[in-house]
Parts: sequence; structure tokens; C-alpha cells
Amino acid sequence: MKKAFSRQQKMTIVFGILSIVLIIVILQLWLLTATMNAFLGHEESVVVPALIASLVCFALNAGLLRYIYLMERR
Amino acid sequence: MATNPDSIPPDGRPYHEQPQCRNDFPIDWPQDELVARRDFTKFLILTSFAFAVGQAWIVFENWSRKRRGRPPIQKIARVDEIPIGVMRVFSYPEPHDNCILVRTASDRFLAYNQKCTHLGCAVTMAEKGLHCPCHNGWFDLATGAPTAGPPRRPLERITLEIRDGVLYATGVA
Repeated sequence: MKKAFSRQQKMTIVFGILSIVLIIVILQLWLLTATMNAFLGHEESVVVPALIASLVCFALNAGLLRYIYLMERR
Repeated sequence: MATNPDSIPPDGRPYHEQPQCRNDFPIDWPQDELVARRDFTKFLILTSFAFAVGQAWIVFENWSRKRRGRPPIQKIARVDEIPIGVMRVFSYPEPHDNCILVRTASDRFLAYNQKCTHLGCAVTMAEKGLHCPCHNGWFDLATGAPTAGPPRRPLERITLEIRDGVLYATGVA
């Protein structure tokens, strides 16, 4: 059986995850504004790839959140 | 009296020096910090979900724009009714979509959507090109491309056609 993390260790892990999530969310914000600009300029080729990229970012974030909850249960 | 070694008051002084309320309602600060950061992470992931939904909305709007297809052909005016060098406003393709028409030469007509690509103010014709007075944006009259000020995208071009001396708007380029 895996050893449970101490509260100090959990704190460090949550901080690390929070930093990664923050960077990904900022990336998604940039992606959204760039895609909106392209859409309004009738540049349609980037719309679907941008959606896929945003969904991948969200899936990554959701996976990190799931890890936090799994860690809490230990 | 709190005995939990993890329950540290914010100023670090021992509990007997703290106000009574803190002794009555001790807070486990490290635990509180852990929960606060975890909840903030949850909030950020909700934001991430909202951004992904926003991207999906753009895809939907793009799809519905394609589905609408080309706008209908619409008569603007007779060619001999339009003087050279004068701006004329007409609606195309919807009644609320104002467009500008300029006759630059006897055989040359230009038409653009009047909405500035910066924040949507109405552009007008000026000596140096097309001008948006809201934030001093300028567009090239011949191409609609931005030349100065905050706009970054060109004005929407309206394609024109002359049939039997009558000028028609045939689409949005």
C-alpha cells in the first residue's frame, strides 16, 4: 500500500498543480481571443483545430483535478 | 484550548496571548490553506471548461455562417444616380447591416461594411481614406485594409456588379 502524503507534501503538490493549471488556463484564454479574431476576419481554417486544442487543455486540467481528489483520499 | 500543533495562529503568538474568540473557535490554518488552494484550482478548471465551451460556440457560429450561404443579390441604385467621390450608405445583406458605397471613378465602385473592425463604430469617408472617429482608426479606401489606429482587420468588402446600368450588391467577400 502506498504511503499517504503528509500535509506539507500535499500542499507542495497542490501548489505545483495550481501553477500548471494557471498556465494552461492563460493559454486557453489566448487561444479563445486569437480564434475569435480569426473568425471575425473570415479565417475559418483555425476554428476546429483551436477547439481541439482547447478541449485537450481542459482534459489535462480535469485530469490534474482528479489527481488532487485521489491524493486527498489516500 | 487548542492542542493541535498544526493549528498555528496567524501572528504566531501562543494561544494564551490570543483573543478569546480565537481560543473559542480555533482554525487549523495549514488545512485551511490547503483547502483554499484546492478550491481555487477547482475554480480555474471551471474557467477552463468555460473557455472550451466558448471555442465550441465559435465552431457552431462558423458552421451556421457557412450554412446560411451567400447573401442574396440586392439592387443598390442606378449607376448614373451615384456621383463620383461621394459616399452613399445602404443596407446589405440584412436591414441593420449598414454599408458604404464610394464611386472613385466613372467605372470604379467600392463598397464596404460600415462597421469598424476595432469596436464596431461607423466609419466614414475622409480625405486620407476611411475614418473611424471613435478611436481614430484609418482604412485604405482602395482595399479596406487598416492603415492607422487600433483596427487590425480589414473592413468587410461587399462585392458589386453592374447590370444594365444598375449597381447590385452580390455578396460579402
